[in-house]
Amino acid sequence: MTAGLGKDLIGLERLSPDQIRLILDTAEPFKEVSERPIKKVPALRGKTIVNLFFESSTRTRISFEFAEKRLSADTVNVAATGSAVQKGETLVDTAKNLEAMRIDMVVIRHASSGAAQFLGDRIRSNVVNAGDGKHEHPTQALLDLLTIRDKLGRIEGVKVCLVGDILHSRVARSNIWGLTKLGAQVAVCGPHSLMPRGIADLGVTVLRRVEEAIEWADVLNVLRLQLERMEAGFIPSLREYYRVFGVTVERLAKAPRALAVMHPGPMNRGVEIDSRVADGPHSVILDQVTNGVAVRMAVLYLLAGGKPELADAAKGPAAGGTD
Amino acid sequence: MAAPLLLKGGRVVDPSRDLDEAADVLIQDGRIAAVGLGLGAPDGATVRDVRGAVVAPGLVDVHVHLREPGNEDEETIATGARAAVAGGFTAVCAMPNTDPVTDNQAAVGFIVRQSLRAGFARVYPIGAISVGQRGQQLAEFGEMVGAGAVAVSDDGKPVASSHLMRTALEYARTFDIPVADHCEEPSLSAGGVMHEGLVATKLGLKGIPAAAEEIMVARDILLAELTGGRLHLCHLSTRGSVELMRRAKERGLRVTAEVTPHHLSLTEAACERYDTHAKMNPPLREAADLAALRQALQEGVIDCVASDHAPHAYDEKEAAFDDAPFGIVGLETAFGVAYTELVQGGALTLPQLILRMSTVPARVFGLPGGTLQPGAPADVVALDVTAGWCVDAARFHSKSRNTPFAGRSLTGRAALTLVAGEIVHDAPAAAQA
Repeated sequence: MTAGLGKDLIGLERLSPDQIRLILDTAEPFKEVSERPIKKVPALRGKTIVNLFFESSTRTRISFEFAEKRLSADTVNVAATGSAVQKGETLVDTAKNLEAMRIDMVVIRHASSGAAQFLGDRIRSNVVNAGDGKHEHPTQALLDLLTIRDKLGRIEGVKVCLVGDILHSRVARSNIWGLTKLGAQVAVCGPHSLMPRGIADLGVTVLRRVEEAIEWADVLNVLRLQLERMEAGFIPSLREYYRVFGVTVERLAKAPRALAVMHPGPMNRGVEIDSRVADGPHSVILDQVTNGVAVRMAVLYLLAGGKPELADAAKGPAAGGTD
Repeated sequence: MAAPLLLKGGRVVDPSRDLDEAADVLIQDGRIAAVGLGLGAPDGATVRDVRGAVVAPGLVDVHVHLREPGNEDEETIATGARAAVAGGFTAVCAMPNTDPVTDNQAAVGFIVRQSLRAGFARVYPIGAISVGQRGQQLAEFGEMVGAGAVAVSDDGKPVASSHLMRTALEYARTFDIPVADHCEEPSLSAGGVMHEGLVATKLGLKGIPAAAEEIMVARDILLAELTGGRLHLCHLSTRGSVELMRRAKERGLRVTAEVTPHHLSLTEAACERYDTHAKMNPPLREAADLAALRQALQEGVIDCVASDHAPHAYDEKEAAFDDAPFGIVGLETAFGVAYTELVQGGALTLPQLILRMSTVPARVFGLPGGTLQPGAPADVVALDVTAGWCVDAARFHSKSRNTPFAGRSLTGRAALTLVAGEIVHDAPAAAQA
């Protein structure tokens, strides 16, 4: 196995199955760090990381920030509002300035597909894609994979259906790459007006109705439906969306087997998902959030050149011991 | 007037007369004086040895953007005309999407004057279809033609209103000029940045479906039939458009079309890794489209090759794919790309390529040139089709460098370009200097 991930993590499309497994395996020992009373290990001490969020985000940014702080990195958050970006600075100028400040790593979220690649091609620092347009959101898919592996004990052969707005979803694309590479069976389900051209060529089955998806799947990954999609005319109304595609308790009751429900957040309760499902026994949504920190710690650790076999040791002495 | 010039020992390819033979070409008083074997040099003539080269009528490009007035940092009429002759073009037609828009006789006259001042290639202005290219009120075709416009177009933008397109086709009949349309149904293409297909799906970029072009191609053909106007379709990119053109020609309509060298040689795959130099409108399509376009050009269903030369400042393309402007420069690579891909690739013969890059475009837009007929203006190119060369954008005469062909090895380039008998580009001399 080739250790390491290369310089950047742009997407799962370009990772090998072994590299994806490496990240998941490396995340395992890091899970425990977040359970300690003192949630800090010295693995990235002295490293400087910039969280560059051109698009608003709460969950992903906080998750990255916790991952960085628990690895003892020095972090700076840059949000689009109030920054030079809003004053018209181009992405390339932002990149050059970061380069000049000798940053070790950049975590970037941007509304344009390809923005992470653009940055990665222009600076020596490691770049982690925290979501670029409709392209990829690799760490989200990795935490989804880890959650599936935790819950079902494996990924290979598991039937996962992504439900909702596939067309505009970077989470869907990253999940499709990651799941198919690790041998899962993948389906997508949603209105055809929100289905990208040629999606079946990526090795996924297209299911027409959410009832079919529930009958077929071991895992449903329910995607957020944004209000803008209705305004842009892709669907007639959120109400009808819920009626036709909503993942409800009534529909889940007809599932032939135990079914795990995931959601990348933030949820629109009563649009794509019934509150009773989100808070119910099928839901693994909060496990996803917990795993997000561990997966991001693993990614940062590996990109910084950390040896996977030393991930345990890198954590340092178990907390709660000496003091 | 310069001394007579004898181009000696070349292979003369003149599709206007179905000529492809070893011959000399004598140029006198800015015109072709004679074409034939073993011509003697008149007193005081310069004799130029062009053995090994192909002597052809100068190439004609009916679709370029020269950015003047308005964006002289990207191109001027002078630099564009210089780039044209370096590419073997002796005449180019300048699209009116300048700033301000070339939509009146004064603006057309400005382009004519600037091109006369610049020398190099002949630059023929194309006037706007609508005032300000706003798609509402017809521009003054008659006055623009009087000032030198050879066609009208709102290129850069589609003519969204079918009514406006209809009246443009009808009104243009008085002046017997073609109406050149950029076919794009704007509500289908809105926000799109590349071809709608698998690559766009993978990259997460908004696509422009083939139907966005084809709907307008079909509409325009129907309107050409309705009005009897002369319709010219710009830069066709899809196999569906080819089929619509084929049927239009079978019905004998006055419809012509062009295709760019990049749509004949690249596919959507060029956009992988978000290469903004592969971002153009219409977008690069699929392999099956490329094959259909090549066949259509060979059969004459598509009449001519046009570069859609679209200069942009280097830093504009240095951006996220969504944010970069559409378009690439093409004047200095058009012949090389076409020769390498189409002639060496076996799709066209060299005389067929010259037909599609010189004789036919001149005829479609009613321009002088496209022929070596004695008496015609001596717009001539000597093409080197043996030596390979590597595209080095830094050496372009154009002010802009935005090309997807940088670093490509090509065969075929202009060794010598003459406009009205004057040498305006001399590659061997430049290499020695």
